Amino acid sequence: MSKKVSVSAAIREGMHEEMVRDENVIMVGEDLGKMGSPFALTLGFLDEFGPERVVETPISELGFTGMAVGAAMRGIRPVVELMYNDFISVSLDPVMNQAAKLRYMTGGQMTIPMVIRAPMGAGRRNAGQHSQCLEALFAHIPGLKVVCPSTAEDAKGLIKASIRDNDPVIFLEHKLLYAKKEQIPEGEYIIPLGEADVKREGKDVTIITWSRQVYFALDAAKELEKSGIDAEVLDLRTLVPLDWEAIKKSVLKTHNVVIVEEGVKRGGFGGEISAQIMEELFDELDSPVERVAGLNIVSPFSPPLEDANFPQVDDIVGAVKKVLNKSVSLV
Amino acid sequence: MVNVKSNMEIENKYSKEFLVKLYEEMVRIRTFETKAGECFNKGMLAGNIHLCIGQEATAVGANYALEKTDFITSTHRGHGHCIGKGAKTDKTMAELFGKATGYCGGKGGSMHIVDVNLGILGANGIVGAGIPIATGSGLASKIKGTDEVTLCFFGDSGANTGAFHESINMAATWKLPVIYLIENNGLGVSVDIKSVTNTPNLSVRAVAYDIPGKTVDGNNVLAVYEAVKEAVDYARAGNGPSIIECETFRHEGHYCGDPSSYRPKEYIEEAYQKDAIKRFKEYLLENDVTEAEMVEIDEAMKKEIEEAYEFAVNSPYPDLSELTTDVYSQDNERSVVR
Ligand SMILES: Cc1ncc(C[n+]2csc(CCOP(=O)(O)OP(=O)(O)O)c2C)c(N)n1
Ligand SMILES: [Mg+2]
Repeated sequence: MSKKVSVSAAIREGMHEEMVRDENVIMVGEDLGKMGSPFALTLGFLDEFGPERVVETPISELGFTGMAVGAAMRGIRPVVELMYNDFISVSLDPVMNQAAKLRYMTGGQMTIPMVIRAPMGAGRRNAGQHSQCLEALFAHIPGLKVVCPSTAEDAKGLIKASIRDNDPVIFLEHKLLYAKKEQIPEGEYIIPLGEADVKREGKDVTIITWSRQVYFALDAAKELEKSGIDAEVLDLRTLVPLDWEAIKKSVLKTHNVVIVEEGVKRGGFGGEISAQIMEELFDELDSPVERVAGLNIVSPFSPPLEDANFPQVDDIVGAVKKVLNKSVSLV
Repeated sequence: MVNVKSNMEIENKYSKEFLVKLYEEMVRIRTFETKAGECFNKGMLAGNIHLCIGQEATAVGANYALEKTDFITSTHRGHGHCIGKGAKTDKTMAELFGKATGYCGGKGGSMHIVDVNLGILGANGIVGAGIPIATGSGLASKIKGTDEVTLCFFGDSGANTGAFHESINMAATWKLPVIYLIENNGLGVSVDIKSVTNTPNLSVRAVAYDIPGKTVDGNNVLAVYEAVKEAVDYARAGNGPSIIECETFRHEGHYCGDPSSYRPKEYIEEAYQKDAIKRFKEYLLENDVTEAEMVEIDEAMKKEIEEAYEFAVNSPYPDLSELTTDVYSQDNERSVVR
């Protein structure tokens, strides 16, 4: 049995189930009460769970994120909403220097079971300070887990796993996916962190991606079919922990790789995956790994500039053709 | 600390010309904002557009207490602040449309209007971010030995960022020439400021820094003008910063497209009842300005904004080659590629 819901409703449902299941789970953030959060993620929560478990905060990200870390030390399981992932700029210390490091630095004494949820991504004409994809920044910090779901089904299963996880989890939701309506299974289910998902099987090339670019990659795969190219689309879903086995399995099958991410190319997570493939699977490759990513620029406001910045279907199609043209198996 | 609430009964010691100028500027801003809202509703504008309808008196009263050479920092709700400081409505509108002729060449949009030549150090998408920047501008005046002051606009909820405390503590300690102006419209998006703050007013915090603090009727353009003028003179004379809280109302949703059903009916009623332009009109009628003179101004502003709109709509989008310009001042070409 399945039902059709939006990505935002799926996340809301997952959080709701966890709130009901475990009274230590609390919501922390701006506009979570009457408004039910700007993207309706906590709609109705205040009425149902009360102000002690739906903590509507002032615009004090440093304070409330740090507060969540402290509460987590005491066994509360806070789910913090940052209104945009860009605002981590004002609350990075509790995340980077506290939550991420404390387990290690205390010799394993401390556990910080918290989730930071945040919308990310471009395409909504929100300009430079509201459009970034910052997953690479988080993935760079040891101690943080990083989740970037694409589908409604994944989003629900993964938010539940994130809330139950005993480490700090950064859960990044793409703004332009919230309204997407998709089938999800009825009832409770969990998708464990660290499991990638083959969203389309193929044998010629592996497109590795996550978040909104999964849909661009699937469209590109359809387009490539017309040229007789059979692309596999691997949705990582979780960047940390990384499902290396899934990457390896796909590369051993296709021997050609294109990595697609929306964010800035330099220092992007695609570079990390590319390096790992070169280091461990070099002999399996028929061509150099290609990356498709945003430019090394600030996300522009002007619509035509913004659209030219993040990868589009044509860019992915072009990258796949480029890789296959170089591919030794075809020479 | 003085905590004064002014009302409309301000003694008229001003020239008719000055009063009319204040009126014109407020109408200019409201007409601009109304047009921007219409364009958004027609689907011509996208993104986060925060209108300042209802808050024109703070933008105008405060800016008119400044000299041209002074500086301001602004917020996400910044069109009025910038226009009040002298920003042209056509280039501002063009920026909202993401056009090449906009203040930032279309790269910044509504939340990032800047004209450095006018002393506008930036609207801002990050709540509270302007507070330390204004403080830094104050520090620069001090280092350079000039008497320019910096006026820092931010909202009630911006006052609850850590940046507020850290910045004002430094400015007070070093007597920096900064005026911290809180536009208290009672709301941060949907959140009632009183539900997340333990004092009825925000200017009381001045006590903690031992600097002047005042709460004024932010819908009374002359009350705002007088309070800010006093703080500007105080800062220019080397005495340091002040906090001025202007009580005002947000007539519209948080941003265009926000139905803002979370706002109680009483809030909206009070907002309209205390509307700054309506009340200033009444004041002007009692002070030798005729209805006909005001209608003439209203019409002139409508015409200016129509022209600004035409300018914006008929301007080209930035060329795609602009995508990678201006990230760095040096070594730009190679750094945007690799
Ligand atoms: C650091 C940060 N947190 C949250 C936001 C999202 N946000 C934008 S405006 C706003 C409310 C600001 O309220 P206030 O400072 O009172 O200004 P107003 O909108 O009322 O003019 C919020 C929460 C942001 N832009 N930056
Ligand atoms: Mg406010």
